[in-house]
Amino acid sequence: MNDSDSTSQPRRSTPQPSQNASQHRRDAPALARPTLPLRELVLFGGLAVIVLGVFSMMGPAYATRMLVEASCYAILALGLTIQWGYAGQFNAGIMGFVALGGFSATFFSIPVNHAFWQSDLPARLGWVLLAIIAVVAIVFAITRLDRIGVPKLLRTILAVVAGLIGYLVVVSWLRSVTGDIESQVEFIGGLGLPVWLGWIVGGALAGGIGYVIGHICLGLRSDYLVIATLGIAEIIKAFLKNSDWLTRGTATISPLPWPVPTPGDVGFLSARAFYLAVTVVMIAVIFFLLHRAYHAPWGRMIRAIRDNEVSAAAMGKSINRRRQEIFVFGCILMGVGGAALTSFNGIFDPQGYLPLNHTFLVLVMVILGGPGNNLGTLFGAVLVYVIWIMSGPLALALMHLVTALGGDWFGWQPGNLDSRALQARVFVIGLLILMVLRFAPRGLIPEKVAQHD
Amino acid sequence: MPILEAIDVHGGYGGMNILNGVDMAIEADEVGVIVGPNGAGKSTMLKAVFGLLTITGGEIRLRGEPITNLSPHKLVEMGMGFVPQEKNIFPSLSVEENLEMGAFLKPATASRLKQQIFEFFPPLKEKRRQPAGELSGGQRQMVAMGRALMNEPSVLLLDEPTAGLSPLYMNEIFERVKAIAASGVGVLMVEQNAKQALRIAHRGFVLAAGQNRFTDTGEALLNDPQVARSFLGG
Amino acid sequence: MNELIYFFNYVVVAGSVTGCIYAMGAVGVTLIYSILRFAHFAHADMMTLGTFVVLLLTMLFPHAGDALGLPTAIVMLPIGMVFTSLVAVGIDRAFYQPLRAHKVKPIVMVIASLGVTLMLQGLIRLFAGTGAQSLYVDARKEIFRIDIPGVTRPIILTEPQIILFVVTIVAVVGLHLFLTRARLGKAMRAMSDNPDLARASGINTQLIVTLTWVIAGGLATIAGTLLSLDVAFKPDLSFFLLLPIFAAAIVGGVGHPLGAIAGGFLVGFAETLAVFNWSVLLRPIRDSLPSWIELPNNLAIVGTEYKIVVPFFILVAVLIWRPTGIFKGKVI
Repeated sequence: MNDSDSTSQPRRSTPQPSQNASQHRRDAPALARPTLPLRELVLFGGLAVIVLGVFSMMGPAYATRMLVEASCYAILALGLTIQWGYAGQFNAGIMGFVALGGFSATFFSIPVNHAFWQSDLPARLGWVLLAIIAVVAIVFAITRLDRIGVPKLLRTILAVVAGLIGYLVVVSWLRSVTGDIESQVEFIGGLGLPVWLGWIVGGALAGGIGYVIGHICLGLRSDYLVIATLGIAEIIKAFLKNSDWLTRGTATISPLPWPVPTPGDVGFLSARAFYLAVTVVMIAVIFFLLHRAYHAPWGRMIRAIRDNEVSAAAMGKSINRRRQEIFVFGCILMGVGGAALTSFNGIFDPQGYLPLNHTFLVLVMVILGGPGNNLGTLFGAVLVYVIWIMSGPLALALMHLVTALGGDWFGWQPGNLDSRALQARVFVIGLLILMVLRFAPRGLIPEKVAQHD
Repeated sequence: MPILEAIDVHGGYGGMNILNGVDMAIEADEVGVIVGPNGAGKSTMLKAVFGLLTITGGEIRLRGEPITNLSPHKLVEMGMGFVPQEKNIFPSLSVEENLEMGAFLKPATASRLKQQIFEFFPPLKEKRRQPAGELSGGQRQMVAMGRALMNEPSVLLLDEPTAGLSPLYMNEIFERVKAIAASGVGVLMVEQNAKQALRIAHRGFVLAAGQNRFTDTGEALLNDPQVARSFLGG
Repeated sequence: MNELIYFFNYVVVAGSVTGCIYAMGAVGVTLIYSILRFAHFAHADMMTLGTFVVLLLTMLFPHAGDALGLPTAIVMLPIGMVFTSLVAVGIDRAFYQPLRAHKVKPIVMVIASLGVTLMLQGLIRLFAGTGAQSLYVDARKEIFRIDIPGVTRPIILTEPQIILFVVTIVAVVGLHLFLTRARLGKAMRAMSDNPDLARASGINTQLIVTLTWVIAGGLATIAGTLLSLDVAFKPDLSFFLLLPIFAAAIVGGVGHPLGAIAGGFLVGFAETLAVFNWSVLLRPIRDSLPSWIELPNNLAIVGTEYKIVVPFFILVAVLIWRPTGIFKGKVI
């Protein structure tokens, strides 16, 4: 079929690596479909006009900041698009992976707290960690007592009792140590290492959590994954928020170091532009890797599993293994993206991670842009983020208008207009999700399903 | 006038025609049996009658009225009953509740009809409170037919009612089918056990490649050497 | 004895209250699942919506309940239930039904329900703000202290708690009778068992879908209102309810209403027991303990701030060991 049209190259041709990397924004549409990417050109052209409009209206420093944030979101969105678009796994806990990445970036990059390291607290913390390992080892050993003929029921009871007692002992011990940390040295501080190390470890942490969740849920109905990711995200947030000894909790940590010169050294615009260069290179690398993977046998297998699980299984594909890989990979991207976003924001505030901003906004980016289409996802990420940022002042203005009218007509006088205006945006995001699902279920730049013979 | 009549019916799934002109007609107290090789369109024809797939040509009439492409829901209201081959009971509902669901549109007659069904299928009476999913294959088939009869249909469509049943139950089910027709219900059924089914059939329709190959009384088909050779295994 | 009363007040009563709320939420989730085959994530927000409507009505007519001797919110509850049910049916018609007609995958329905979640949340907070409000508008919550002879500490029950227990029992028994006796209730179970056959039997499936939303919306309103009556109305109520409710529905076996009730109580009591400070119970024997055991002041299994870990832990445990739930639901 492909070869009959002499003007078009076969779809499956692998793009030349040299075409990619730094220039991907302009070249990528041509890569995705060598024929005539009119739709992509028009949409990206329109997006460029909008971005230029923001530049001229709000000034370059503001607009660059917006672009950096949008690029961080694009990394998150790419993470979701491979989970949801490639493999049909829906992750509703992006926020948790973002927060984990953010914490890792913070912990690795902020200066060392010498007061903590010179006290006896690190040693005591170390002992608690050893105790945790010991408890785990004991419980594990009890579950293996069948070697000497202990019946299953007794083993279970023993394991539960030992686990519970060990847990209570360790936790009360940990409470006293962390309490002392908080009262004597405030918190344990950071490691003072380069920030990119934190980003990598953040990705690894997120991937690790993703592995555990995936291991439990991926063999089950897809809804269970949604519930589990939703839950784990809240738990990660609760942990980061309440572990003052580790994260200063609600007191927040700032400033966070950047991998590039900071505004203090070279001014806002240049610093942000440097940062943007870093994130754009990251996206380019991810994009390139995904593009290769998508068209490789691995990507075809993933899509085969998504589209027809039964026949893929009948062909001898190891479904759960592939799903696991894709889920973990998506989570890693979310961790890295979250780390980059947090570093850029310059403040680690566990309460600042919100399901709305860090989960549902990303969801909208992906389903609006085109799940399973990297380019569409990129487009969706930038477009939705620009709209999101710009809709804040707009919503406030609208709210003032509505209250003015409401006050005149019904005597309705709500207080706290700013937060209410934000809620109006929540409503719009929800409505947008529903509208896209109904009227453009495959997004603005849909995944191109190859028509093989 | 036949109670159920199909004239030159064409139809299939997603643009692929499986039925290429099927004719059949049964009277109000007759058993019609559709037989034929695999892929001949037997079950498809039954589903076409019950409005489960789009008919692209021809007509189906119930008591002379055209019912082509009416929804199953409407057809049930008009007095048609359908027993699918698989998943033909509500497994977690009790036998009694399964029957009640059959009379969903006529709740007033439910308890009277339920008694009749229990007399008609005696094994069901003692298991009336048991979840239908726990019954044996033959008893499930009785529940499925009983449920369809609860609506007092004038036409009953059965898709392979004896599939997977032991010979004992098969004969029992065929006896019941005969009795149902005798009470004035037109029965149209698809059967794999062709010989046994044609023995009770007033009308037999041998389908092949979505068309009538032979149409006659059951007895005539059984005695036709050509039918016997090609379709009944000698 | 004081310690036992303390245990009763802080575990038995509190656990039952939470259990009732979770049970009614989980029943709704499980019913929607068994009829419409998707996990309805907006369910906790339907609770909030119902409660908010009741709150508005209570603010409009603060003394409507005086004549009956009941809190006004209770008198307004039926109106709130009707309203929420209508909204639920409306949401189904506007958003879910078109998707069903397109035969989308269940996970797309789940995403749609997340969209509905955001819409409801935005709408409620737009009008209600984000602060907590008492459902006792211009009235006082009655608190009953039952003295036990020989003990200084009384058993404490509040008026909303008693109402909650009574209403839950009535609702559960009523639902059970409806599902096992009423023609429509049986039709609901039939549709959950085998939707195609239900249609072929002439059951009006559209009616059943509507009925499901009405029941789920009504139960959600009851649960949300009674919870808020006991504590206070918070617009972010749904946030704390979603995970426990789903854990309860899954523990009970999805598609299994009685299982959902059991699951609700299981999760509710597990939460309460996990945050209970066990050292209170050990205090009387503290002096008789050998001196090398130092009893910490706080012996709770998890701190209140980590309460959300409990339903999650239960959920994960069930998914690992028994994904069909303790009562064998329909889902694997």
